[in-house]
This record gives sequence, C-alpha cells and structure tokens, in this order.
Amino acid sequence: MSKKKVATIWMDGCSGCHMSFLDMDHRLLDLADLIEIVHSPFVDHKDFPPEVDVTLVEGAVSSDEDYEKIVKVRSRTKILVAMGDCAVSANVPAMRNRFAPKALSEAIYLAPNMTHRQVPSQGVPTLLPRVRPVHEVVKVDVFVPGCPPSNDTLFYVLSELVQGRMPDLSDKTRFGA
Amino acid sequence: MQLEDLQKIAEERRAADAALKHVMYVCTGTACQSSRSEEVLKAIQAELKARGLEKTCAVRPGGCQGLCARGPMANLDNGRVVYQRLTPEDAPEVVETLESGPPERIRLDSELPFFKRQVRIATQGAGLIDPNDLNSYIAAGGYHTLLDVLLHRTPAEVLQEVVKSGLRGRGGGGYPTGLKWSTVAKALQTPKYVIVNGDEGDPGAFMDRALMEDYPFRILEGMTLAAYAVGASQGYIYVRAEYPLAVKRLQNAIKQAQKQNLLGSNIGGTPFSFNVEIRLGAGAFVCGEETALIASIEGGRGTPCPRPPYPAESGLWGKPTLINNVETIANVVPILQHGGDRFASIGTAKSKGTKVFALSGRINNTGLIEVPMGITLREIIFEIGGGIPEGKKFKAVQTGGPSGGCIPEQHLDMPVDYESLTSVGSIMGSGGMIVMDETSCMVDVAKYFMEFSMAESCGKCVPCRVGTAQMYDLLCKISEGRATLDELALLEALCDMVKHTSLCGLGQSAPNPVISTLRFFRDEYLAHIVEKRCPAGVCQMKPEVVEVHS
Amino acid sequence: MSRVVTLKINDQDVSGREDESILQVARENGIEIPTLCYVEGLSAVGACRLCLVEVVGVARLLPACATRVSEGMEVNTESERLQRYRRMIVELLFSEGNHICSVCVSNGHCELQDMAVKLRLDHIGMPYRFPVRHVDASHPRFGFDPNRCILCTRCVRVCDEIEGAHTWDVMGRGIASQLITDMHTPWGESETCTSCGKCVQICPTGALFVKGKSVAEMTKRPEFLPYLTMMRNRKSMS
Repeated sequence: MSKKKVATIWMDGCSGCHMSFLDMDHRLLDLADLIEIVHSPFVDHKDFPPEVDVTLVEGAVSSDEDYEKIVKVRSRTKILVAMGDCAVSANVPAMRNRFAPKALSEAIYLAPNMTHRQVPSQGVPTLLPRVRPVHEVVKVDVFVPGCPPSNDTLFYVLSELVQGRMPDLSDKTRFGA
Repeated sequence: MQLEDLQKIAEERRAADAALKHVMYVCTGTACQSSRSEEVLKAIQAELKARGLEKTCAVRPGGCQGLCARGPMANLDNGRVVYQRLTPEDAPEVVETLESGPPERIRLDSELPFFKRQVRIATQGAGLIDPNDLNSYIAAGGYHTLLDVLLHRTPAEVLQEVVKSGLRGRGGGGYPTGLKWSTVAKALQTPKYVIVNGDEGDPGAFMDRALMEDYPFRILEGMTLAAYAVGASQGYIYVRAEYPLAVKRLQNAIKQAQKQNLLGSNIGGTPFSFNVEIRLGAGAFVCGEETALIASIEGGRGTPCPRPPYPAESGLWGKPTLINNVETIANVVPILQHGGDRFASIGTAKSKGTKVFALSGRINNTGLIEVPMGITLREIIFEIGGGIPEGKKFKAVQTGGPSGGCIPEQHLDMPVDYESLTSVGSIMGSGGMIVMDETSCMVDVAKYFMEFSMAESCGKCVPCRVGTAQMYDLLCKISEGRATLDELALLEALCDMVKHTSLCGLGQSAPNPVISTLRFFRDEYLAHIVEKRCPAGVCQMKPEVVEVHS
Repeated sequence: MSRVVTLKINDQDVSGREDESILQVARENGIEIPTLCYVEGLSAVGACRLCLVEVVGVARLLPACATRVSEGMEVNTESERLQRYRRMIVELLFSEGNHICSVCVSNGHCELQDMAVKLRLDHIGMPYRFPVRHVDASHPRFGFDPNRCILCTRCVRVCDEIEGAHTWDVMGRGIASQLITDMHTPWGESETCTSCGKCVQICPTGALFVKGKSVAEMTKRPEFLPYLTMMRNRKSMS
C-alpha cells in the first residue's frame, strides 16, 4: 500500500492542536509507516503540494492570507479535516468579531505601551471583517472539535482516515474538550 | 331602549330622509381622511348652507366606499351618483350639479364591476351609515336583531343559527365559528369572556380597520349576540393603538350604546347583561395570535402559550373565552337577521358567505371589496380590481400576508375558498391581497415578508426566534448573488423545520412566503444564485469574493 | 383527583395520571426526551421545542413538557424527523449566541454542550451570527454573560415562581430578545434581587455564574428546586 500523503496547516489559532498532534509521541512512528507528511508548519515547503490525501486544518479563517490559503488547500486536498474548535467553530479568534478590524488594529498597534506606535501597512495580512469557521468558507469533510482535541482523538482520526474509513467521533470529543 | 323604541326611531329617520331631496355620504375612513375627506365634508355642508339648501339636502359622514385609490369618495342618493377624488374646492361644483350630475373629473361610474360584483354582508350598508351616530345605525336596521333575539330566542337557537350559516373564522384560520361558540357555551366555568380580535397587522391588510371604523355598532351588536349565545358577561375589543380612528369610533359607540341601554346591565330591559371594554395593543403582530393576545390583555408580555388548552376552555384569566376576529363578528348580525340558511346559500360547499379583501400593490382599483366565496382570483384582480396598471404583465398575487403565499398566473381561475388557497401553498388569511407584476422580484418579496416575520417574532421559541433570522440572512445572501446551492438547500431545510416546530402560528407560517415562491418561481432563485442576476432587475448584486463556498 | 390512564410511548405500554405531561410519564418510565427550557418544579413554557413528539392522530408536533397524557394516546419520541429537528434547534442555539466552550466557566458542566454531544453534533451547520452582547458584572457575587444565554427563561421563572422576586424578565422581541434585571438596570443595582442565587444554579449554561470561577470550574446545583417546589405545594395544600 502506498503511503497516504498527509499535510497540516495552521491559520488563526494557538498551535495547540499541533502540540496535541505532536503529543502522539511514539505513535507518530507507527503512523510514519502509513503516512507521508508532505506539508506542515514544521516542514519547510515553499508551496502547498498538489494531490494531498488528508489535510489537517488548525485555526479559523481570519485574514486574506488565511482565505487564499484555505481555498488553495481545499482544491488540492481529498479529505479536509477541521482540527480543533478554531477550525470547527471559530472559537476564541471569533471573540474579535464584535470589533471592526480597523478599530482592533488601532487598539493594538497604537496602544500607549507600544514603542513604535504605527499600524503596519506591509507584512501583516489584512483582517477579514469577521473570523469564520473553515466550513463557512470551504467544504469540510471531517470535523474534530476540541480545544485542543486530545492526542488520542487525533491518533484515532488519522488511523481511521489512512485506512479509508470515516472516523466516528461522537463519543470521543466535543466542543471545548 | 326596547324594540318598539328602535322601530320608532328607524321609522322617523326613514321618513325624515324620504322628505329630503338628496342625501350624500362622504367617506370618512382613514384612507379618505388622509386625502382631506373631512374638509370635503365640511366644505359641502357649508356650501349647502350658503345656498340655503341645508333643509332639503343632507351631507353626512359615512363609511368606506371601497375604492380607496380614488378617494376621497362620496355617495349620492343610495349610489345613484358616486364621486371620486373630491377636494374641498370642488364643493361649489358638487352642490351646483346635484341635479344635473357632476363633471367626469369627479364622477365615478357607479355601474363599474368594482361596485356591481360585490356582495355585502359584513359591510352591509355599504358605508351609507354615519359611524358616529347610533340612530343612523338603528335606522339601517341596527339593534333590532339583538333585542329580538334577547326576547324571543334562546342561546341554543342562536348557536344553531350560526352553526347553520357555516361561518368560519375570518382571521385566517378558518375554524368553524359555530363550533367555537358551542365549545365556549359548553364550558362549565364562569365568568366567560368574549374577545374581538382587532389586532390586524399583516402588511397590505386593512379590512378590520375599515369594519371597526365604519360599523362600530355592528361589531358591538355582534359581540353582544355572541356573549348571549355563549353565556359571557364581559367583552374586550383588542385594537392596535395604530388605529386611532377605529378606537375613537368604538369608544363613542360603546358610550352611546350604554346610554341607550343597548350595552351594560339588563340590555333592552331583559335579564341579559354584558359589558365591553377596549384594550389597546402596542402594535406587536404576534398579539393577533390568540394566546398572546390574552397574555397582553392580562398585562403580561405578548407571547403565545402552547395549546391545548384552547382559550375556549381556559383563556382570559384562565376562564372560558371566545375569541373572534372583527370580520367574523361583523357577520353575526346579518346571519341572525336574515337566517343562517341565507348566509350558507352564498359561497362554496365548505366556505360559506363572503370575504372582505384589501386589494393593494400593482392593481388599478386599490381598495376594499367584499365578494362571495368561490369567486375566482381572476375575477377579483381583472374585473373588480381593474387589472394591472401601465399595461404590465401580471406575475403573482400574495394572499395571507407574511403567513401566506404567492399564487401565480396558472392558478388564477381557482375559486377563492379556504381549501383551494391552502392547496396552492397560500392561505385565505385575514384578507390582504397584494398584486405583483413583472417588475416584482419574488426573492425580494420573500425577503420582505421574512424580514417582517423576523422583526415580529416574539422570541419565545427557538425555531421562530433564530430560524427567521437565519432564513432572512440566507434570503439576503441569495438576493445579493452571494449564495450557493448548498445554502438554498439549507434555506429549504429551515423552512421545513421552522414550519413544523414553532410554538405558534406566526412561526409555523413564517416560511410560507419562501416555500410558495420556491414552488412557483424557483427559476428566479436559481437566476440569483447561479447566474448572479435578478430577472426582474430589482435586486442589487453584491458578489462578495471572500464569502464563497467551494 | 386525576384519573389514571394508559398510553403507548415508543410502542411501550405505560400508565400515568391525567394531570401529568408526556415528558413526566416518559421520564418515569426511563424514556429520555431531550429538554433545555423545562425544569421540574417550574412552569412548562414549551419554548425550546426540543421535547417535541409525534402523537398519532395529531397533525402537529406537540411539546412533551406541556402536553398532558390521555387515554389511548400513542406517542413517538424518536423518529428520524424529530432527531433532525432537534439537531437543527441546537445548531440554531449555537449560531445565535457566542458559545465559546473552551473558555467558558461551565465547560464540561453545560447542558447545551451536553445536548450537542447527545445529538452527535460535530459542527454547526447554520452560519454563526456573532452578536454583540455585553456582560453584566455589576452584581457583587454573580455575573451574567448574555453571550452564553439561550433564553430558556429558567432564571425568569425560578425568580418569579420560587423566589417571588421577579428580578429577571425578557426585553425586546425576536432575535433581539434579551434578559434584563428589573427595568433594564444593572443587576448590581437591582432593588428586587435578593441575591439568593437560584437563577445561577438553574441556568443550563455559563450565562449566569458565580464570580471568581475560572474555566470549567462552574458547576451548578439545581437540586434545591424539587424540594422547594414540594414544600410550596404542601404549604398551599394545608
């Protein structure tokens, strides 16, 4: 059996889901026989590769960069997994939705304790009006709620997917787990 | 006052009128008042006086003549001449031409199908009764029925007559009125209450307003008869405060009726007593729902409760309560006056009598009509309503307001009755009829009604509170060309869910405008979604790059 | 006295008193029907619509909490359609507020969260509305975060029917409905609130909480209610 091509990406999140992923520890070695990590925040690739079997998405869609990224990733992925509450429900990042992006940037970059009080015009992605969960932007195939989902949950999800089955998560995780 | 007194007043009034050369009624309903009909009335009265004709000609305030689009209207000598678009400045010309007939400009052909095709029961008297004057109502036969019934017929006989008439609730539900009355009559608890529901709130509906404004005494007499039949001692008329003229006239009517002992203790010298009070609604649409209306009268928030128990068993203050719509009650006096059989001889097998409709939208003869059940929509729109203005093409007619649906061309020859309208996804409703032509976008129409339902939802139950908001958002997305077919599917799933799970009629019927426009005009929805185009050219496309689905 | 009747719930023969609701009889017989607005001991309002059931011969769905049992009734609580509607209702609730479980004081002890698990919801299919709602932290001991409120009105009823203070009520209508204390004054300035805390204990989510609790620390103790209700009934009977 050829190895499944697996990718992970992060958008607006805290990277906790990736930490949980790494917490699989030695089980990562077992998985390594079955999967090939073709792209990840920890793997230095210039571009997201084509024809990926499974992509784990951490984080909500928050900026124009996130938006472009998720549209591209979707088009190059067979099974898209929303990993964790930010991807599934927009979670904590969505707490900024009550503020207008401009007001938010100014509140942060022009705060009295900033050394260079200036809203950056380059190098920082433009915030979308609202943070959205991934499935409100592109189609999502598997939802893994949890903040973060436990390493056991992620191990189960990946094991099922590489074996061509859809994971049933109803008794394994929940919003805020 | 007793029956003989009534007869005496009526005879005197008729004799006095017969001695006059001319009697004119100027409509003083809300629509005509808004185009200065009261000034018209005063100007003509002044003109008569100036010419010394006030002894031989009478000009009186009257009720709605129906063709509101041509108001202010007036009626001379029982419909011999009908006036349109009067202004106070026309007064000299009107008085001058009383004999010869007015110029074309202010004359309306009284032989128009608009007048000839109507059958008047609830609007019996055709507006030729001074709504402020009890004696005017008595002269037109008013209160004879009540006193006759109180003296000579038992409550059971009254019930029988109403059952025989086949009258069904005119508020929209179409529940058999006789059955409702019998249920309240059978209830053991006392006291019992009668409530008249005048909380009309559908966009495009003004039937009940006109009935309360023009025939306040008929409403009171009908209520009193209902109270006699079911054994109630106290009545309430629930009117929205946005109907100040109706409130004023009803208050005046209550006062006059009380003074003449036609309301209050020992009515007409009989053992029967019945009091009526007015309760003002603050304009929440949901208060037209009977349990919410009761909560509002009791002083609580106007939110509905699960039924059963129905108000007939446990209503106002937990007591048996009869709630009827204004138009239903307006039919009671004519039914008992002429017999249930006569009423039942009009209409179709299951929908008896007549229905008052308020015509509005893209139609020539905007106004109020009363037509027999079973008449076709085509007759109403193209004969009575005079068709579509500016030679535009008919697209759909909306009945039942935010609870109803849009009916397209292919169903125009269908008879108007409760079952037929339901079979094409609309409802009879309370009588609003909004005509739409090719310049209307059906997605926009559905959005409009959903916005109404969302704003008027009381917020108590989840499906209606959140569901209407979600459906409205989806309709906005569709109308702006930002929606996907998946979102259309979600909209349809929400329609089904909100319809079947909402607590009261408001939520249960809120999806109807969407369901019916999807049924008959799905291609318009698809044009917005797939082609990003509004076929009627109404909706502004605002495609948003960021919010697209794969 | 009420008569005893027999009926069928999900093809199971059960008996109940005529003054009992379908929900009560079902629970007595170990048949679970989901609810959020219903609490034993408070009046049934039929607002959350989760307990809707099918009754043979009745076209409409009926709320089990507010529908009395009757002789020969045949009730179905678990059709595919009912389950679909229940899931959508919970999705609507999640989409309506700002329910961020991961940072909520009631995480792990929340009836809404549990309901999502029970109904196997792994995501919310309705667009999130992200409303702007302001926290009321003016009360010295309790807090109110309307972002987590599902408008079940348990607090309104417990305050009115049990405590007798009627501090809580609902303001506005439709999607703009919100809970208020007194005449929309800050909770801490309420003249009617007795600070009894019943509203906090009966609240199904983290909307009402005891100050000083951190994430997942807020456990509710609604057990007082059946006892108080029983004592009240006994008092009114004697």
